Amino acid sequence: MSRREEVQRQGLKGPSPEERRRPIGRRNSQGIRIDPAVAAEPEPRRTTISAYVKNEPGVLAGVSGLFHRRQFNIESLTVGPTQNEGYSRITLVVEEPDPGIDQIKKQLNKLVPVVHVRELDSDPVACELVILKIDGDEPDKVQAITEMYDGRTLDAGPETITVQITGTEGKIDDAIDAYEQFNIREIARTGQAALARGAEETARVDEKHT
Amino acid sequence: MSGEQTQASSETDIETETAPREVETGADAVVRSLENAGVEHVFGVQGGAIMPVYDALYHSEIRHVTMAHEQGAAHAADAYGIVSGDPGVCMATSGPGATNLVTGIADANMDSDPVVALTGQVPTEFVGNDAFQETDTIGVTGPVTKANVFADDSDTVGTDVGTAFALADRGRQGPTLVDLPKDVTNGDTETTPGVPELPDTYDPPETADAEAVSAAAEELVRADRPAILAGGGVIKAEASEALRSFAKEHEIPVITTMPGTGAFPEDHELSLEIAGMHGTGYANMAITVTDCLLAVGTRFDDRLTGGVETFAPDAQIIHVDIDPAEISKNIEADHPLVGDAKAVLGQLADAMPGSPSTDAWLKQCETWKEEYPMEYAAPEDEPVKPQYLVERFDEATDDDTIVTTGVGQHQMWAWQYWTWKVPRTWVTSHGLGAMGYGLPSAIGAKFAAPERDVVCFDGDGSFLMTCQGLSVAVRENLDITVVVLNNDAIGMVRQWQDAFFGERHMASEYPWVPEFDTLAEAFGARGFRIDTYDEVDEVIEEAMGYDGPSVVDAHIDPDENVYPMVPSGGDNGLFALTEGQL
Repeated sequence: MSRREEVQRQGLKGPSPEERRRPIGRRNSQGIRIDPAVAAEPEPRRTTISAYVKNEPGVLAGVSGLFHRRQFNIESLTVGPTQNEGYSRITLVVEEPDPGIDQIKKQLNKLVPVVHVRELDSDPVACELVILKIDGDEPDKVQAITEMYDGRTLDAGPETITVQITGTEGKIDDAIDAYEQFNIREIARTGQAALARGAEETARVDEKHT
Repeated sequence: MSGEQTQASSETDIETETAPREVETGADAVVRSLENAGVEHVFGVQGGAIMPVYDALYHSEIRHVTMAHEQGAAHAADAYGIVSGDPGVCMATSGPGATNLVTGIADANMDSDPVVALTGQVPTEFVGNDAFQETDTIGVTGPVTKANVFADDSDTVGTDVGTAFALADRGRQGPTLVDLPKDVTNGDTETTPGVPELPDTYDPPETADAEAVSAAAEELVRADRPAILAGGGVIKAEASEALRSFAKEHEIPVITTMPGTGAFPEDHELSLEIAGMHGTGYANMAITVTDCLLAVGTRFDDRLTGGVETFAPDAQIIHVDIDPAEISKNIEADHPLVGDAKAVLGQLADAMPGSPSTDAWLKQCETWKEEYPMEYAAPEDEPVKPQYLVERFDEATDDDTIVTTGVGQHQMWAWQYWTWKVPRTWVTSHGLGAMGYGLPSAIGAKFAAPERDVVCFDGDGSFLMTCQGLSVAVRENLDITVVVLNNDAIGMVRQWQDAFFGERHMASEYPWVPEFDTLAEAFGARGFRIDTYDEVDEVIEEAMGYDGPSVVDAHIDPDENVYPMVPSGGDNGLFALTEGQL
């Protein structure tokens, strides 16, 4: 039945907003119900996500596009082959509040070539690498710091010394700090590669994906 | 390339039969995969790089519908998918053909509509050289497809298309795309593709965790003010019947999202109709104060929730969805139930230890229905109100009539004032909000359901974007009726300018629009015009009675705006009934 009324009026009828029954509660900006009195937005935390993927063209573009598109905060991304032909492991270091980390895992899982995604616990076996090119005029001092950080000298000449340091992110940060007393000409740094500690599997996958 | 083709055709007799033939080329394999998937219609536009596939279609029973523009092909395929439930197929050449599809693909992606797009591509050896009509289609469409693939081998291209089909159709539906380089489709193969199969890395969930279902059922029974929010996933999972019987059995009021409209009959007493930015007052009251919301197949879009801080803030949320990534994406789920909507509703029905006591709550909902009627002022001596036209068309047509729309005020009036009773009858651009969706989607809908009436409510702005589709409707003699709710403006923009931009009507009003009835006649369709109330019924009868495409240029009250309204990011419970309340 038509709801037409032959009258003059702007808009619709009904009690105005201030006359209406109101809810008691509230959610935060993540859509989580909160006590407004003690509400705090969730803090971002840094964590490592490991994805086991099929080596298909575009898988890396798919992952990086996803992070950009959904505004996920990514600290580093590494990718490389695994012992299983046709499969790669992508290691991501991200910094997000818990709901964001949850979304990252789920959204990665939706990409068709992605076989398995997990967050590694707080103590994964993790490593990254940095190469530094430093002025060559104080080779002994440079060598001392390189030894202090279990590094290696890759190239040495009259003008420059190039060294590599491997280890955790923190160790590498410290090493770079230490080299800063010299003139660092260039730095190339990888992201983090990581596996689950001990006998724990980083990716639990069916045999068909090994 | 042309040299190659000349040679090929000189070696074989010109074929005039459209009988199925052995797979000899990659293009044959593509078409065989479409046939294996049960495809009956393909919407597309020819062009250089896709020509081998068209040539293979020449030998197929599949009906190709040549559209006037590739955007229309994608929208038609999208509507075909919505109405039939099976993937609609669109096809275009490389470069501009592919980029023109993008709007329609993005629309399907937002609304989880099953669509398979096939695009031609320059030959592999030219890819990356900025060749003529080359676009990185995989790169362009990656963010707006469920999956896409660059076919790189004539022997596997048929399987690629089959996989694209299975992915578009299974799990959470969505658009997929296969990019088809011309050398791959022209290339020889003896590999005949099998039936579409999902890749081994994709395994959509079926049923939800039984313990989680029990906990959710107990929560629902405990509730004082429970409500069901039926999203588009209910319709996609063919779960409308299950949802209807569940709601009736437990006497829980039902609200539908925009894509979920049709999942529950709006003439049923438990229906609160539609919620969100332009939802009914009663639905927005209920969704704001409910203490337990059973949300099925919805992604809690911002046009539904308004500001999430004030969305159902007292409610335990039971969220049923086939896509785990939708759980707690926008609204935290207290009871996540991941699985197929129909299967999970079945589990939930079995797990209910009783029914919630909803007598007082239902009475409250009834009171809200009385307090916030959708009655609109429509004096006889003023221009015709759009709401009246929607209601009269609804009354003049069968319940299974399919309604398509463009995007804007006319879309909201159609949504609000049509009484929805049947799933898969409401065909519109929900998430993307793509103006111009109406006419091409009406074409796709008509091919999917030729026995049913198809009415397209369009705006003057939306219709101007894709009215070239009339040429298709006339050529195919499609019995569809386009009703242009003409207010000489991009009305929704003007409404926002009235409310939020000091009534400065920048680029929203047309100083002149064509006479759409005359335009229709120029295309070979029938044209009608409505200016006054006493013309309405006669025009409806003539337009609906005409066996072919017709356009009704309905000059509506240009001062009419859409209410209720929740401003973007606002509080659903504080919906405005008039501009003064915004």
